[in-house]
Amino acid sequence: MLFLHELRVQQLLFWRNREAAFFSFLFPIILLVLLGSVYGDEEIEGVSGATYLLAGLIGYGVSATAFASLAITLVVRREAGLLKRVRGTPLSPATYLTAVIGSIVIVIALQAAAQVLIGHFLLNADWPASPTSFVVALGLGAASFAALGLAVTTVVRTAEGSSAIVNAIYLPMAFISGAFFSPKELPRFLEVISEALPLTYLLQLIRSTFIEGELLSSSPGAITAVLVWGLFGLVVALRMFRWAPREGMSEA
Amino acid sequence: MSAIEVFGLRKSYGPREVLHGVSFAVETGEVFALLGPNGAGKTTTVEILEGYRRRDGGEVRVLGTDPARGGRDFRSRIGIVLQSSAVYPLLTVRETLDLFAGYYPHPRKVGGVIELVGLAGKVNARVRTLSGGQLRRLDLALALIGDPDVIFLDEPTTGFDPAARRQAWETIRDLRALGKSILLTTHYMEEAQRLSDRIAILADGRIVTTGSPRELLAEQVVEIRFRRNGEDIVLTTTEPTRVLNELTSDALAEGVELEGLEVHPRTLEDVYLELTREEAEV
Repeated sequence: MLFLHELRVQQLLFWRNREAAFFSFLFPIILLVLLGSVYGDEEIEGVSGATYLLAGLIGYGVSATAFASLAITLVVRREAGLLKRVRGTPLSPATYLTAVIGSIVIVIALQAAAQVLIGHFLLNADWPASPTSFVVALGLGAASFAALGLAVTTVVRTAEGSSAIVNAIYLPMAFISGAFFSPKELPRFLEVISEALPLTYLLQLIRSTFIEGELLSSSPGAITAVLVWGLFGLVVALRMFRWAPREGMSEA
Repeated sequence: MSAIEVFGLRKSYGPREVLHGVSFAVETGEVFALLGPNGAGKTTTVEILEGYRRRDGGEVRVLGTDPARGGRDFRSRIGIVLQSSAVYPLLTVRETLDLFAGYYPHPRKVGGVIELVGLAGKVNARVRTLSGGQLRRLDLALALIGDPDVIFLDEPTTGFDPAARRQAWETIRDLRALGKSILLTTHYMEEAQRLSDRIAILADGRIVTTGSPRELLAEQVVEIRFRRNGEDIVLTTTEPTRVLNELTSDALAEGVELEGLEVHPRTLEDVYLELTREEAEV
């Protein structure tokens, strides 16, 4: 099947690209180990610091991989003319993009699993309290952030600028949304900004299912916020996604 | 049926019209060269035929299909070598071809294609370790892997050294022998002259002439050069026998040598330069 054929190669490409694999896969795991070793034994919002940080860094991993890594990968491929080449073959654009995103979802699953295991065995964090709802929340987050990743490729013009722009968007977002600490510690003006960000709501979903053992259905507001952001990304991507590199002086 | 038919093709970028009604046809099984200087509209024309760009006017058919509406079936019957486009640098040559072969309903054998383009020694090399010429051969291999009926080659040998160019020409001749229809763009006269059955010269968005290399050279114009009294003299004539006879008998009668005497047939390059120069002056 064509989807699996493409998915296999996309996986191969992800792991062979050592720098990208490090930043999107390993870095959130390393951050967990670092922050967890420092604050793991403290109490944050009434729960063990390790468990609280684990849930936050799983959410950070979703944004690093589904949003940042996907967007940078696609901009680099687009500007190199690779997407244009793919577009000239009978492979359907939808199959290509779902395989690229599917590959990212595999990475997120492995990353979250590694974080949960390391969190539990190294930092004494709890297991997910409501595992099914937690996994569904991750899936929802991955889909939504992948859609936003597709959307952001439309505003990045060059391969060289892609990491700078994408990092300038998602690193402050991760910080303001409270991926690394409790958002309750934010000053008022940042709190206002955080209430508009998609990662804030994904973190709410992950924390409520992972830490408090709630079902996903108990957070309709956060689900709606994540979905609305995802749909916004999808609409932008469907209308503006480009396959061809930006042309310099177009050869007339 | 013609493999490619183009009639009255128009294209503008913003207010600037770059194709002013281009018409030509590529017959099944022939190599057709679109020859012209940079900026003439070659790539725009080819990318409209490949389905990458929308036209603003005129009719276009590739294998009987309007490329603007061509779907999977259409793309499985064409092969494209773009002017510049990357492949995954981290895959090997074989992995790359295996990947792309999977996109097509009836691909050629990967090993055979690698052999055909002369990359047999590089099967397991990562793409990022290939030289420019080897990358271009991989481009060609990717255009062939789906066993297309029509192949578009946009400046396939730009940047090649003479040996690599000759090798690419051999490959293109092999493709022609397989019965493929090939549309080639180039700004190398020699390439167009040696490879193609027919040539269209595109200048400033218009086809200025079309014909076989022989037809374009049909009018036998010969250039005669020599030096007299330290002055370079160039004569062009359609009657070289008579002119040479007069020149040499005069020289013999005067007992002088025609210094640096040279006789050249007019080349396709001369035709091309004349035609594109006229166009530029209009």
